[in-house]
Amino acid sequence: MSLKLDINTTAPDDIYDSLIRMHEGLDDEQSAHVNARMILLLANHIGDPAVIAEAARIARSAYAPDL
Amino acid sequence: MMSVSGIPVWKEYGYRPAIGSRAGETETVPILIVGAGPIGLAMALDLGRRGRRVVVLNALAFIPRGSKAICFSKRSLEIYDRLGVGDRLLEKGVVWEKGKVFWRGDPAPVYEFDLLPVKHQKFPAFINIQQYYVEEYLLDAIAPLSNVEVRWRHELVGIAPHAGGAKAEIETPEGRYFIEADFVIACDGSKSTVRRLLGLDFDGRVFEDNFLIADVKFDQERPTERWFQFEPPYPGYSSLIHKQPDGVWRLDFQLGRDIDKKEAIKPENVEPFVRGFLGDDIEFEFEWLSVYTFQCRRMRRFVHGRIIFAGDSAHLVSPFGARGCNGGMQDIDNLGWKLDRVLSGLSPESLLESYNDEATFVADENILNSTRSTNFMTPRTRMEKIFRDSVLELSRDFAFARPFVNSGRLSVAVPYSNSPLNTPDTDVFSAGPKAGATAIDAPLISDRGKTWLLSRLGDRFIALYFADDDAGAASLQADLGGDIQVVQIAQSGPATKSRLVDVEGLARSRFGAQDGACYLVRPDQHVAGRWLKADSAKIRRAHERACASQGGAK
Repeated sequence: MSLKLDINTTAPDDIYDSLIRMHEGLDDEQSAHVNARMILLLANHIGDPAVIAEAARIARSAYAPDL
Repeated sequence: MMSVSGIPVWKEYGYRPAIGSRAGETETVPILIVGAGPIGLAMALDLGRRGRRVVVLNALAFIPRGSKAICFSKRSLEIYDRLGVGDRLLEKGVVWEKGKVFWRGDPAPVYEFDLLPVKHQKFPAFINIQQYYVEEYLLDAIAPLSNVEVRWRHELVGIAPHAGGAKAEIETPEGRYFIEADFVIACDGSKSTVRRLLGLDFDGRVFEDNFLIADVKFDQERPTERWFQFEPPYPGYSSLIHKQPDGVWRLDFQLGRDIDKKEAIKPENVEPFVRGFLGDDIEFEFEWLSVYTFQCRRMRRFVHGRIIFAGDSAHLVSPFGARGCNGGMQDIDNLGWKLDRVLSGLSPESLLESYNDEATFVADENILNSTRSTNFMTPRTRMEKIFRDSVLELSRDFAFARPFVNSGRLSVAVPYSNSPLNTPDTDVFSAGPKAGATAIDAPLISDRGKTWLLSRLGDRFIALYFADDDAGAASLQADLGGDIQVVQIAQSGPATKSRLVDVEGLARSRFGAQDGACYLVRPDQHVAGRWLKADSAKIRRAHERACASQGGAK
């Protein structure tokens, strides 16, 4: 399975709201940890290392070249 | 403890002049092995058992007593068993199969693992035993072989490779002499003299964290398990404990970067670590202290003409995962039969190129695992640390996170998945080792009683034939000829020398074998090919391919 880059949800506002509320009242240090926990939870849910590697590549691409 | 030039001595062998040569003279030797550590000695024993004349050079005159390799894997034990020293190692060693990982002093482990999920095999997942015992046992096994000569205090100082081998210059207390060798095997460790003399180097990464080894004697009841702790409630960023024979425990503490190594190794500076680990009321004494850093690197090629590298001289990993010495054992297991065939003229010299292919593949797999463990253990950036700690934190509450915990992925035999020697599957097997993987052990009955499958494999090509039909086995043997020996695995009936009985059915299930199935197994116990119905023409073709006959290797 490859990473889905077309629209895959009918509830984008709900998802975005969850991501924002996840950080409510946290300082940057706490937020960094919460993000890492979130990524690990979702990475396991996805399970396919190729999908995660592709997402990581795209996420990184705006700031640095591929490794 | 006796020591020579600051190196503590386990057993002194003493300088003896070479039998065949005097100062200034040149001696001719088919196989010259440089280095008498566990890899060089196992290589010498393997080739010596095949009748090859071997000379082993060692710059020292003794086995050093220092803290080196202690964790020997099931696969290494299987190789040592093929060489005849497996039982002795198992008897002396401390058996362990379980590991636990702790975090920040919490008495409940965040992660546990069992390294031997398939039971009923001759050897356990691991034994711990000091490297000097392994070296001593190998030397004892070599001693009766008149064709193997270990030369103590003979130091390689020069080497000139040429098309037919290499000319080695050797220094002894009585002067220098030369050896013209057809093949040189460099088993001379991470600081390999051979590598340096040839101007060759490693590719890969060097890590900067410092680790402290304290081999300590104390009297405390503890489980025989590998315990690893991240961020312990005592000094050090991580700690690891292993039990060794003779009441010795290996403690390993992560010290961090930019430390003064000379200060760190002083007993008064080590004591707070050990005290922190053991508590205040346990007496202990130091056996050995050392501070080390590590690298995950390898040579680009292991075969340089007729000079061949094996073990730490060719590749380096971190100790977490026990992939150093165990990785080297896989090298010599791979090389021994190939070199023997080439020297016999049974296979072309191109077979040795498959050692380069397979051993560099194994080294890459070991380096990959070792590098990933190191990245988890020694985070380099704030974000790496956040991810690492998040894995540990989540592991307390959620099973999914526990396999992400990486305190070292422990050594197992690496399959030669893409080897040109493999004949890939054309039949569909429900289980069992694919071409390139090692044969798995199982209990069997032979004419002498209980035995193990792996005890019947190795040293030569074996066709493992799963059938009760004795006439079929005899006819298969007749078709295959002398270079392949048929070993029949029957379900019932009498056991004979070449007919083993799989009373518990474990061999059949572990190999996914129906009646009539056949595995062709290489002399190093790796599978070359397999078929649901034995077919002598297919087996012969796979055999030719696996020993590079008739240009089959490439």
